Amino acid sequence: MGAELLQFLVSGLTVGAVYALVALGFTLIYNASDVVNFAQGEFVMLGGMVTVFAVAAGLALPLAAALAILVAVAVGLLLHRLAIEPARGASAVTLIIITIGASIFLRGVAQIVFDKQFHQLPAFSGSDPILLAGAAILPQSFWVLGGAVLVFLGLFVFLEKTLLGKAVLATAANRLAARLVGVDTSFVLALSFGLSAAIGALAGILITPITLTSFDVGTMLALKGFAAAMLGGMGSPLGAVVGGLLLGLLESFAAGTISSAYKDAVAFVVILAVLFTMPQGLFGRRSVERV
Amino acid sequence: MSARWATLIILAVIIGTIPWFFPSGFYFRVAALIWVTALAAVGLQILMGQAGQVSLGHAGFVGIGAYTMALGPKLLGLDVLLCLPLGAAIAGCVAFVVGRPILRLKGHYLAVATLGFGMLVTMVLVNEVALTGGPDGIRIPRPELLGWRIRGGETFYWITGGALLIGVWIALNLQASPSGRALAALHDSEVAARTVGIDVAAHKLRAFVIAAVYGSVAGGLLALMNGFVTPDAAGFLASIEYVTMVVIGGLASVPGAVVGAALLVLLPQTLTFLHEYEQAVIGLLIMLFMIFLRAGIVPGLAALLRRRPA
Repeated sequence: MGAELLQFLVSGLTVGAVYALVALGFTLIYNASDVVNFAQGEFVMLGGMVTVFAVAAGLALPLAAALAILVAVAVGLLLHRLAIEPARGASAVTLIIITIGASIFLRGVAQIVFDKQFHQLPAFSGSDPILLAGAAILPQSFWVLGGAVLVFLGLFVFLEKTLLGKAVLATAANRLAARLVGVDTSFVLALSFGLSAAIGALAGILITPITLTSFDVGTMLALKGFAAAMLGGMGSPLGAVVGGLLLGLLESFAAGTISSAYKDAVAFVVILAVLFTMPQGLFGRRSVERV
Repeated sequence: MSARWATLIILAVIIGTIPWFFPSGFYFRVAALIWVTALAAVGLQILMGQAGQVSLGHAGFVGIGAYTMALGPKLLGLDVLLCLPLGAAIAGCVAFVVGRPILRLKGHYLAVATLGFGMLVTMVLVNEVALTGGPDGIRIPRPELLGWRIRGGETFYWITGGALLIGVWIALNLQASPSGRALAALHDSEVAARTVGIDVAAHKLRAFVIAAVYGSVAGGLLALMNGFVTPDAAGFLASIEYVTMVVIGGLASVPGAVVGAALLVLLPQTLTFLHEYEQAVIGLLIMLFMIFLRAGIVPGLAALLRRRPA
């Protein structure tokens, strides 16, 4: 029984770490611009697909991964420059539809540039499961968890300890006030798009050896990441991480103990229950409507 | 003559005359698909455009309507035509029960909750294979009215066109009624609406139920027309498409929802010659429309015309 629970725990945390990374990407962009970026999942797809194809072309894995992150960052910056920036001042729904259009566009381009097949990467350090207290754990799970922890810590240090990070936080808190004290908010905005593209791509690279990738994996991940960000409370980086991990754990335990067909249903019912009692999510700021 | 009647007459004229230009029977089917999709989009426009409440689960109600057409005859032995109002009633009741807690949420939180609702509907449709046929879908019995078999693209063209006309008429009337003005008020500011004595919760719930009934009727008609329905009709992507239609046409505009639906149905049909480039072009077009006509096509063009009178 204990071994089974540990198994669910590890697989839940692994998937949850990916959701948390996607949710972090949502949060970064949302904080800087109030845009809910539904193309977030496409960054994950790009991370996985570019790495797969670069490795197939003969590049070493670390180089391929770096290339994938660069491509995703470039796409993120272009998305900001060509699609979000020209529509500045448009309503939130309009901006959301633009990102949905962008995600359809990126998916369409990916199926031309790459293909419509599923692809796998070899696991980074072998695929023999490690036995731990009776549970069989894939070495790749440690890569995913380790990578996620590094991103969380790096982001924390960046936001709390560096001047630029504080500029990002200031922009999130109040864009006009940030501009008044000399923060270049449009740079912060571009930075947020680049950063969340990089985080998304990294998630895609780390998880591909376990879950495979294809041109259309982004939709489901965007949806889960969005749900995780909401569960944690939109705008809170800590909430994004907790929300993502919780969502992964819920799915894993629901699949193991209730029904694998309805694991998503269980997760959403829990999210609904949380939102009914805490309408701003777990860590969300209570907002007061101004009239 | 009010703008309301002008809109209705224009729509009626379009529905009545475009069959003259159809080179083949296939066009009746495409046009009928536009009318029925537009009906669902008009319902969502009432919820999103008029009441300002986002729903990422609208297709869930379309699915309820569509599957009632299959399950009513199969389980209850009902005539398939009776299942159209039955589906509407079921969707309305579900919306009433679900809407009460969900509509307390706002903005993105409401979006996630409605998304969850849509997912639950899809999941039941996919997983309860014995009942719903699972991912492969389920057949709808051929409808028959007083011994006359309802079939053919042309027949469905007129049925769906008529349904859309009625749907738009109701939506426009709602917009101009005290109830519609209450929705507009709470769209702008719930606090302000509440202080002038509008029962915000009741009005939001009513808009949610009305939208669900529209979705269900559209789903039922769609199922009748195709003789077949799969869980995709209720899926997340379908929900996103309805939202895109409403926003791209013009969130605040009832005819905008029809234009948006026509655009999103026609694009994949007309761009098939692009083969694998189709998806990329559709995505690009959606972005361009939203960047250059950010209020939506109908309000955007209306503003352009007003600025430069011909």
